[in-house]
Amino acid sequence: MNKKNKEAFIAPLGKNNPVTVQVLGICSALAVTAQLKPAIVMGLSVTIIVALSNLVISLLRNTIPNRIRIIIQLVVCAALVTMVSEILKAFAYDVSVQLSVYVGLIITNCILMGRLEAFAMSNGPWESLLDGLGNGLGYAKILVIVAFFRELLGAGSLFGFQVIPQWCYEHGYINNGLMLMPPMALIIVGCIIWWQRYHNKELQEQ
Amino acid sequence: MEHFFSLFVRSIFVDNMIFAFFLGMCSYLAVSKTVKTAFGLGIAVTFVELITLPVNYLLQTKVLALGGALNPGVDLTFLSFILFIAVIAGIVQLVEMIVEKFAPALYNSLGIFLPLIAVNCAIMGASLFMQQRIGLDPSNTQAITCLGDSIAYALGSGIGWGLAIVCLAAIREKMAYSDVPKALKGLGITFITVGLMAMAFMCFSGLTI
Repeated sequence: MNKKNKEAFIAPLGKNNPVTVQVLGICSALAVTAQLKPAIVMGLSVTIIVALSNLVISLLRNTIPNRIRIIIQLVVCAALVTMVSEILKAFAYDVSVQLSVYVGLIITNCILMGRLEAFAMSNGPWESLLDGLGNGLGYAKILVIVAFFRELLGAGSLFGFQVIPQWCYEHGYINNGLMLMPPMALIIVGCIIWWQRYHNKELQEQ
Repeated sequence: MEHFFSLFVRSIFVDNMIFAFFLGMCSYLAVSKTVKTAFGLGIAVTFVELITLPVNYLLQTKVLALGGALNPGVDLTFLSFILFIAVIAGIVQLVEMIVEKFAPALYNSLGIFLPLIAVNCAIMGASLFMQQRIGLDPSNTQAITCLGDSIAYALGSGIGWGLAIVCLAAIREKMAYSDVPKALKGLGITFITVGLMAMAFMCFSGLTI
């Protein structure tokens, strides 16, 4: 693995993160993070789909006419998403019910289209696969961080198991139900961005 | 009539695409710097939803679902993702050509937003939510049981999205003068603002008509 490939894989995990730096794929990142389990399933599904569609588009890139490229990219994504959705329905039905429409919405996830347009259309298959994996994992990382805080503070549990001991509740500790509501997802992502930019001065906006 | 109105109002305020489901966030955050462009994008999204939702409704009930008028007895609903996105992408392309030919002024003001709408999750999301609501009991306030319902839902969710983006753009225009911490400037404070707006919209959640 040479330096460029390594960069394509590592950068999206940190200083070029798709969610907090490129501002892509926010919709699902916020909606499925009330609990850890659906967040992890969603992160893995997106990783697989981004990596595979990057690979397919990169193999096809010299044969796609420029004018209709968006439709071709969408059809490739839609086929992959349909497969993942059917697999989830067959083997993880509970999670697929929890994720509801957000599995279908991976098609219009901007990470997918962003990476296909910006990377797969102009790079070879191996680099594209690595870039897709890196971006998918970078996305999954943010999902897991947000879901960790929301489930811990909102429901006092992780993966559905209670982690805050019972005597805390007996002494008057109360779960913060607001953490499970939509607005707190936005505020937590805002705080993650704040923290990241505080430590990386070059990301700050003027 | 009452059901249309209830569906319309609820999809603007209660089931708001941005504040309740986070759909269309990418363009919502990227294009909300000035009120004028935000307004243009809001109109464009409403317009495209108004065309794609009824078409997808007919597709879902007549062609894909078991027992539809054109369906001889095979459940084709697993094809819905591909067909919905193809319809959306095709209609966006068509609308773009028609607007360019007959209303060049509108075309210039919408600019690059029109083609980008094809990948706006709010549009695809509205189609998928509609697909879920078709099976609901007709007495449910959220049920979509006829073509008119799908039009009311399209109009409501489009206007709700437009309202949200215009509000955020107005706040961001004013926020340019405030002294925000350096690391929070731009994206960070925008997220927190949207979070606070979503909290404000939560007060509509008990609304029934």
